[in-house]
Formats: sequence, C-alpha cells, structure tokens
Amino acid sequence: MSDPIVKVEDLSFGWDGALLQQGASFEVERGSVFGLLGASGCGKSTLMRYLVGLDLPLGGRITIDGQVPDQEVDGRPTFGVMFQSGALIGSLTVGENVALPLQEWTDLPLDAIGGIVTAKLRLVGLERAEDKLPSELSGGMRKRAGIARAMALEPELLFLDEPSAGLDPVTAVEFDELILELNQQLGLTFVVVTHDLESIFKIGQSCIMLDRESKSIIARGDPRVLRDTSTDPRVHSFFNRTRLEVTP
Amino acid sequence: MPSAYAIELVKAGADPGQLRLRGTLWLAEAGPLWTELRRLESSAVRGETLDFEMSGVERIDGGAMALLACLRSELHRRGVKSEFVGAGERVHRLIHLYGGDNKVARLRRRRPIGTFNQLGRATLAILHELKLVTAFFGQMVVSSASLVRSPRSANWRELPATMERSGADAVPIIVVTNFLVALAMAFQSAEQLARFGANILVADLIGISVTRELGPLMVAILVCGRSGAAFAAELGFMQVNGEIDALRTMGFGPMRYLVLPRTLALILVMPLLTLLADLAGILGGLLVGVWHLELSVRGYLNQTARVVSLWDVSTGLIKSVAFGLAISMIACQQGLATAGGAEDVGRRTTSAVVVSLFSIIMIDAAASVLFRLAGL
Repeated sequence: MSDPIVKVEDLSFGWDGALLQQGASFEVERGSVFGLLGASGCGKSTLMRYLVGLDLPLGGRITIDGQVPDQEVDGRPTFGVMFQSGALIGSLTVGENVALPLQEWTDLPLDAIGGIVTAKLRLVGLERAEDKLPSELSGGMRKRAGIARAMALEPELLFLDEPSAGLDPVTAVEFDELILELNQQLGLTFVVVTHDLESIFKIGQSCIMLDRESKSIIARGDPRVLRDTSTDPRVHSFFNRTRLEVTP
Repeated sequence: MPSAYAIELVKAGADPGQLRLRGTLWLAEAGPLWTELRRLESSAVRGETLDFEMSGVERIDGGAMALLACLRSELHRRGVKSEFVGAGERVHRLIHLYGGDNKVARLRRRRPIGTFNQLGRATLAILHELKLVTAFFGQMVVSSASLVRSPRSANWRELPATMERSGADAVPIIVVTNFLVALAMAFQSAEQLARFGANILVADLIGISVTRELGPLMVAILVCGRSGAAFAAELGFMQVNGEIDALRTMGFGPMRYLVLPRTLALILVMPLLTLLADLAGILGGLLVGVWHLELSVRGYLNQTARVVSLWDVSTGLIKSVAFGLAISMIACQQGLATAGGAEDVGRRTTSAVVVSLFSIIMIDAAASVLFRLAGL
C-alpha cells in the first residue's frame, strides 16, 4: 500500500482477561472508506477504541500518520470520532457541541466559529437544528451532528462506529451518501465499524473481517469481491447472509 | 512562517468589487484569514457587489470554505451582492458542498421574551410539576391498594437488596455522624450546665433532643443524600435509557415494580436506623458526661432512662417513617420525570435531594406543632 494513514501491526487486545483478537495487522489507505466487519461480539467496536487511543492494547502497535494514538495525552486531535449514539454533550445545543473543539483548539473569534458551525451543520443537513438540544433530535440527526462535530477541526481521518445502526432505510441511505460525498469531495478517510452489509457494499472500498472463534482477521479486501469470490465458508456465509453449515 | 495565502481587494470604477484570494487556505490559518477578510469587506455598502475571485486558490479545506460561505451569507444579508467566481473544478465542488452557490435565506429575528411572559411560563411550569407530583401520589395510593389486595403481584425480590443498600450499608455513617453530633452538643452544653452544678442534666438534654429531633432528622438527611439521590439517578438513567418503557411493554408498571419496593424499603429501614442513631447519640453524650463532667456510667444511663419516655422515642420513629415515605416518593417521582439526557438526570437528582430536604424540615416542623397541640 502506497500511503497508509492507519497502520496496525501484530495487535492483540481483549478485556477482563479474555483475548478478543490476536496478532491483527492491517493498513488503511489514505482517502479510502475502510470497513471493520464481523459478527456481533467479535470485537469491532473494541478495536475502534484501540485505534482511537481510548484503550491501550495488550500487544502490538497502532500508528495514525506515524503517531501512536493516546487519549491520555492532551493535544489537538488529528482525527475525528463519531460514536454509535452520536455521544453529543447533553447539556449543550447541537451548535455548541460542534463549536466545542473549535473553541478549544483554534484562535478563531466567536463569529467565525459560528460561521463554521453553521456551514458544518448545513453540510450534514442539520442547519435548522443548531439551537436544539441533543434530546430533541432523532437518532439519525444525533449521528449527523456527531459527524459534524467530528469534522469540526478538518481532520483527514474519521472513525464511525455503526453509522447506520438504528436508522430507518431512507435515513441510512442518506447517511451512506453523505459519507461518500465527504470522501469523494473532501478526500476524507473513513474507518467504519459496521455489520450493515448493504451499506458497506455501497461505500466501502476495502475492509477486514474479524472472527470471534479464531480471534483473528479471516478476510481482507474489497467487500464486493469477498462477497462474490471468497471460498472461506465463514466469510461467504457472512457476506451472503446464509446460514453457516457446521460440520460435525 | 509566511502565510500561504494572499487576499487583495480590487475595486475599479463601476466594475464589481472583488476579493481576490490566492494560495492555500487552511483552517489552521483561519484566525488571521477571518480578521483580514472582515477588514476588507467592511467597506462594502448596500447595493454594491463584492465577489470572491477564486482562480488563484490552489487548495482550500472545509473549515476555510465554511468561513467564506458564512461571509458571503452575511454580505447578502447586508444587501451586498456576492458570489464565488473563477473557481477551478475542485474548489467549485467544495463551494457547492458548503452551499456557497445557494440562495441566502433571510434570518428570522428572535424577539426577546418579556418579564411577564417569563413569569407566566415559570408559574405554569411549577403548576405542571405540582400536578405531576399529585398524580404520582395518587398512582402510588392506587398501586398500594392493589398490592394489599394481591400481595403476590409485588416485586418482593428487590426489597431485601434495596433494604441492604439503603439500611445496612448506611449504618456506619449514621452511627459515626450521630455519635459525633451528640458529642459536640454535649460538649457545648457541658460548660453552661457545670456553671449551675447541673452536670447530670446533660443526660436529659442529649436523651430528649436526640430521640425526639436530632436522631430522626440526621438519619433523614443522610438517607436523603445517599438513597434519595441514588433512587432518582437510577430511575432517571433507566428512563433515559428506555428501560422504563421496556418494563412497561412487558407489563411491569414502574410504580409496582420500582417505586413501591423502594418506598417500602425506606419505610422499614428508617425506624431501625433511627433507633441506632438514638443509641449512638446517647453514647456520645455518655462519653462527655463520664470523661468531661465526671459522671458515672450508671448514673448517666439511669438519668437517661428516667427522663426519656417511650413516647419520646416513638415520636422520633413515627417521624422517621414519614421522612422515609417523603424521600422515596420525591426521589422516585423526580427520577421517573427525567426526560432527555445525562443533564436532566443530574438536574432531577439535585432536585430530588433539595425537595426532599425541604419536605423533611416541613414534616418535622408540622409534627412538632401537632404533637405539642395534642399535648404529647
């Protein structure tokens, strides 16, 4: 790979003494939409926590643009993260949520921050929700606001945890289109944790599939190619939504 | 480091004015960029044109584009025509993405809310809250009645655990606090009593004040801070998380399943905690009497037994039951009334503690007056 923005080497992680994945290695190409896939409980969301530096792995190394992510170290974040529920601060309006990183990490005057906030919210279709509290928004709107906040500091890389989970099909499609548009127009790199196959076939350029039983990556590549050509029954069953035949 | 961009204001005769942007525009340099843009555009007046000439822009990120789009909207609202011109294909895509080619909508001016309007809204909010509390009390009475008719429908499983959390776990803090408060009170009064040679009366003072007032009141305050806050936060989080709705859909009414076990637990543990508080308080007074006023242990205890009647202890226990009922009812009502997110959980928890404390003081004052009027 010519220019990876995320590099994971021999990563092992788990919790409460239980190992979830062992020896995982992969790279995310700059400007791509990369999927972290796998069945429930395989450690997709946990892996994302390690990638963004919220937890320290048991072993191995993660680098983002050559730097080891560590949220214990204060500093301007180099990437944005959208959590599954949006994770907006409940006591702040949507606009204030988006303004928060700009106030902390830029020297912009308030009117300029206000302008950026309005533009970012317009970008995700929430220009009328700027003064609303997160509790007044639907699940899809909260996720959109979460993306706007994650994008506030113009990061090159965005992590999205289950962006389409809990959304109706129309909103989910709109969300996919938003991700594609941001990827194609702004050249942003997306790392998306999902098990929504329809979504990843549409937006994903490459992916890895984690497996709970073998605690390893069992497939990697273009999700559409994996769907059509994989001979591994676990991968074939996952990508084609078929029952996995267990041999005695 | 020199700026990677340059801005120039071009105005020639009757031609439209232009802000010519060149170079690379990043969010990292947005502070000085914004200041310069504002300085240059401030001369434009209503009816004029001031376009953004973008042909010299090599690269621009979303943050800088957002600023330019915001400025264009502001110029339009001031009556200054403004468009992006000369942009290359890549920059033009970004202009479109950030709505730089959209028609600028008029801002709706918000009218401030008048004082009377605010006062009216606050009054209506209080009345609404009172209505909810009354309805909650009504529901509780109805649920209690149905529980008496059919005791098996209650959620008895939660009762022992709640009693343990609210009662047994609170014993150390209640014993220590009451012991120390009574000890401090005995020390304060010892000097005055010694002046009149009435050392033994410290037993009277501590015995009566602890059993009638201090014991139940201190227990209520501590239980309010521990269990009241915990009930409100727990139910509030359950409400926010949708767990209460889930219970409802499964046929578990929150009143029967959550509120009544908590209320019953507090009603049962409060008198027991109050008795322990009474004993701890008397022990605090005894320590001062023996070590500071040179009374004998037997003498102090005899005097306490002589002056403290069964009714003195009973009034404290009766009040403690009322306190328990009030704390639980208010905390559960506030918890179940939570709407929104984490902020409202915090607000409702604070509100539960404050309203409970106020109710405790009100109940205590009312009970004192009633007992006095009844000659008890």
